[in-house]
Amino acid sequence: MGAEIKNYTLNFGPQHPAAHGVLRLVLELDGEVVQRADPHIGLLHRGTEKLAESKTYLQSLPYMDRLDYVSMMCNEHAYVMAVERLAGIEVPIRAQYIRVMFDEITRILNHLLWLGAHALDCGAMTMFLYCFREREDLMDCYEAVSGARLHAAYYRPGGVYRDLPDFMPKYGESKIRSVTEVAKLNENRQGSLLDFLEDFCARFPRYVDEYENLLTDNRIWKQRTVGIGVVSPERAVALGFSGPMLRGSGVDWDLRKTQPYEVYDQVDFDIPLGVNGDCYDRYLVRVEELRQSNRIIRQCIKWLRSNPGPVITADHKVAPPSRVKMKLGMEHLIHHFKLFTEGMHVPEGEVYAAVEHPKGEFGVYMVSDGANKPYRLKIRAPGFAHLAALNEMSVGHMIADVVAIIGTQDIVFGEVDR
Amino acid sequence: MDKLESLGQLLADALGQKLVSWSIHLGEITIVVRDENWIEVAKFLSEDERFCLRTCIDLCGLDYSAYGSGAWHMPRFAVAYHLLSVKYNFRIRAKVFCADDYFPCLPSVADIWPSVDWYEREAFDLFGIMFSGHPDLRRLLTDYGFVGHPFRKDFPLSGYVEMRYDPCQRRVVYQPVTVEPREVTPRVVRESGYGR
Repeated sequence: MGAEIKNYTLNFGPQHPAAHGVLRLVLELDGEVVQRADPHIGLLHRGTEKLAESKTYLQSLPYMDRLDYVSMMCNEHAYVMAVERLAGIEVPIRAQYIRVMFDEITRILNHLLWLGAHALDCGAMTMFLYCFREREDLMDCYEAVSGARLHAAYYRPGGVYRDLPDFMPKYGESKIRSVTEVAKLNENRQGSLLDFLEDFCARFPRYVDEYENLLTDNRIWKQRTVGIGVVSPERAVALGFSGPMLRGSGVDWDLRKTQPYEVYDQVDFDIPLGVNGDCYDRYLVRVEELRQSNRIIRQCIKWLRSNPGPVITADHKVAPPSRVKMKLGMEHLIHHFKLFTEGMHVPEGEVYAAVEHPKGEFGVYMVSDGANKPYRLKIRAPGFAHLAALNEMSVGHMIADVVAIIGTQDIVFGEVDR
Repeated sequence: MDKLESLGQLLADALGQKLVSWSIHLGEITIVVRDENWIEVAKFLSEDERFCLRTCIDLCGLDYSAYGSGAWHMPRFAVAYHLLSVKYNFRIRAKVFCADDYFPCLPSVADIWPSVDWYEREAFDLFGIMFSGHPDLRRLLTDYGFVGHPFRKDFPLSGYVEMRYDPCQRRVVYQPVTVEPREVTPRVVRESGYGR
């Protein structure tokens, strides 16, 4: 006769390095096996949607950066797309290419952070250092176009804030960096942003090979991820999964292909699919997406080099006139003043705009009653639906696998809690 | 556009009196469903082979009490469901109005679309819309022991209480808010085509 053993409850988080932020998990355990996982979220709830109701359309744009704070520009993209559709704004073609290029830069940024953090959770320290090396270069691209490394506020209704710069920010000499060192660091920063990015795109596939060398055939990595958190394709669709979580289960669904927006139908790329729907397949899907994003960026660079043009709409009811025009013309001065005090007016109606965010489908549902502020803004965050399925994915697994499952879901609390 | 219109017509024929209205605006199709028929319609939409709307991608609570510049004559609360058919690649927005303004309640569709579970908890938390038959209707985003439903239009942006650390009691305490509400940019509804 064995002694009767009762399940016990374990509190995981909200301050736990593997919880990817402020997740509080209440785990019911039988020995080391999870019986039930109850995520408690909302510790980062800032009420973005409510705040947006009291701000003009332009004022709430920077809030979007702070939702999923590792893929900033993609959040902005869904928001500006919603405004543009409601107001019927035409976006210049060059702005569309710039947006696609920066969406893909953002995808690489996001996947690199995910790869580093996920591998670190599973015990591979080196990955984190490798991934941050490349992130640094892409952050500099963010800085070059917007002046900010994270919260860019670069996409605006009607286009993007300004055209791509002709120069890159450079390293300066300091106590710890000699002239020769600085010269070496600045070697690929002599030309424009596009030159720098082209150099990056040439280097990047080799870096991805390095990551794959470390992980893809790594015995420990496979033991931690193969067969963990398996989701069948039917179940993934029913649970509202999107992005790599859905494609990892083998469902061919990518908004960039199925419901193309901007110029995604003009660029050439492939959609990787998983087979088994486990953590390992989702890893493979994301790594392949790194390569495909790189491919899209290259095509955008080529197009952007040979096609100059406006990057924001000339309709001054939604986009400000240039500084020079504003200083010289009364009409432009009035436009500028009205736009930045009262803001733009968006016709009555409702719209749902979704983009293929690095984490999945990021949607913005906007209801306007014709005022200068949205009546209701609802943000559909991919991580929210994924985290809701954490219980189902982790039941029956060991407690250490829960960490791998949180990692594979690519959870960021800025977007889950909003 | 043709695809959308024929889809709308197909929906209208199949659902008939269960719909209040349907419309196409900005390339999106919206159906408004009577609340007493909602469960039936939801089952039909998710199971019917012609639609295959197996995913509920989003659920959004709405409070129309301050809509526009005039009075709102319809029920105050509504829920908008965004449905997606991965098989046929189209979306539908289904809106259901809650008949009772003082006790807004709709049947839960969590057993039809499992993804709806948390979304319904969120709408309950933020708007106070009840979902009858939901397996576990707890608050989701607000603090433990929170009072009120913050996304209702009559809930102030600054809230009613704020938190601070009290060194005497050596714990975090709640107190009435000290911030004064202010509106930086006033809300203005202009006539259509303003300034054009």
